[in-house]
Amino acid sequence: MSLNSIRTLGHKGLSFFQRLGRGSILLVNIVLGIPALLPRVRLLIQQTYSVGVLSLLIIFVSGLFVGMVLGLQGYNTLVKFGAEESLGVVVALSLVRELGPVVSGLLFAGRAGSALTAEIGLMKATEQLSAMEMMAIDPVRRVLAPRFLAGLISMPLLAAIFSAVGVLGGYFVGVGLLGVDEGAYWSQIQANVDYHDDILNGVIKSIVFGTVITWIAVFEGYDAIPTSEGVSRATTRTVVHSSLAVLGLDFILTALMFGES
Amino acid sequence: MADDSDILVKVRDLHFERGDRMIFDGVDLDIPRGKITAIMGPSGTGKTTMLRLIGGQLRPSSGTVHVEGQHIAGLGHGALYQIRKRMGMLFQNGALLTDMNVFENVAFPLREHTELSNDMIRDLVLMKLHAVGLRGARELMPSELSGGMARRVALARAIALDPMIMMYDEPFTGQDPISMGVLVKLIRELNDALGLTSIIVSHDIAETCSIADYIYLLSNGKVVGHGTAEELGNSSSEWAQQFLNGYSDGPVPFHYQAKDYLADLMDGADQRAQSNGSSGVAS
Repeated sequence: MSLNSIRTLGHKGLSFFQRLGRGSILLVNIVLGIPALLPRVRLLIQQTYSVGVLSLLIIFVSGLFVGMVLGLQGYNTLVKFGAEESLGVVVALSLVRELGPVVSGLLFAGRAGSALTAEIGLMKATEQLSAMEMMAIDPVRRVLAPRFLAGLISMPLLAAIFSAVGVLGGYFVGVGLLGVDEGAYWSQIQANVDYHDDILNGVIKSIVFGTVITWIAVFEGYDAIPTSEGVSRATTRTVVHSSLAVLGLDFILTALMFGES
Repeated sequence: MADDSDILVKVRDLHFERGDRMIFDGVDLDIPRGKITAIMGPSGTGKTTMLRLIGGQLRPSSGTVHVEGQHIAGLGHGALYQIRKRMGMLFQNGALLTDMNVFENVAFPLREHTELSNDMIRDLVLMKLHAVGLRGARELMPSELSGGMARRVALARAIALDPMIMMYDEPFTGQDPISMGVLVKLIRELNDALGLTSIIVSHDIAETCSIADYIYLLSNGKVVGHGTAEELGNSSSEWAQQFLNGYSDGPVPFHYQAKDYLADLMDGADQRAQSNGSSGVAS
């Protein structure tokens, strides 16, 4: 009994490292394929549209609501200390440093990541990737590389849009509904949000999340068992693994960036 | 058989395993240039695997596959992709790219591999589509095509780069009699008109025998018979006779391996008696 569980543990460990190895080799091949994309901007634009532009609505709506909730919650706490003038900073810093990259990362994994895995997995299941190989066209370069690069480009932009819309949401609630001074809201943001410490670090986070989510998504699709069941499992794994990766990496990155100050 | 220069694909002592399962256990095949060669056998004998080994998508455990004198498993990525440009493969379900229409699907290999002008590509695509009778369907999306039409579009795409060798993976499976007739005619005509070498993997005996110049029968990882359709029809091999005539019992038994029927039934009776006895004691 215990021998069996040790065996299972070993087996799971081995298969984890095998997948990690396959994933890393794939990542290297994708990155090597990126220069070949430069003369073919159209491919990249198509993919940026389906990965990025089609995720805009969910990012926009969620950003607005998260910002509005931050406005409400922040105001209720700050007003106790007579510091409601600082609402703008609270909303802006929470969004730019944390919620922007993290929440848009989670939404990106659910919207774009799952779609990427399902699309690539289905191309594999219907032998489209095999057919490309037989036509002497490398699917890693033709299919995966543009999608990967599109995810890398889209994610920081989506996170920035999320934060910007969130700050506006906080403004509507704080200034519009709760009567915080409009000038104070904006000037506090201007004075206390640092370009390097806050905005740049947030952008770095979103680039890291974008890389990891898109990597997981294209790998899961490419590595999926080519059946309908295999593709649906891979899609689930993409969302679960990339969400966990976002949260875990967020802690590590936050510790590195803001830990010392 | 013919001398070496007439052999386009040469398979020698091929072994291939998937997990613990032996798929090929020492297979020798010769595919002659300019001819239609069929590889037939029951489901699960690795017919499709054979095509993937020839196309270099899989590597043999041991043994060799030579295409035009080149050792496929020994080729690097670049050289393998070069030789694949001269191989066409028709997949079982067509494998058309679902986000492009018929025209773009056929144009796809041309756009990827050549620097031809749009006018030239248009002419070439229309010629290939005309050859399979689907010039009028060029604006349709793959989801709007019937199974037979999808296969014909895939065929047009596979011959877009004028390959030297065409591989057909179960081209007749699941087709109505008319599409079947169309495909049989196309495979024969394209082979002769374009000077191709064709390999058909199939278990549709009548259709395959009607166009194949030479047939290999595979079973349990080995070649169990080869020859022209006529030679195989007159073969004394019981297995070949069972396969070609579709007898339900023979060297391939009707029953999956099991212990003796009577003993199996009696075992059940014994177990019931025992469990009744033990539950009686417990109560």
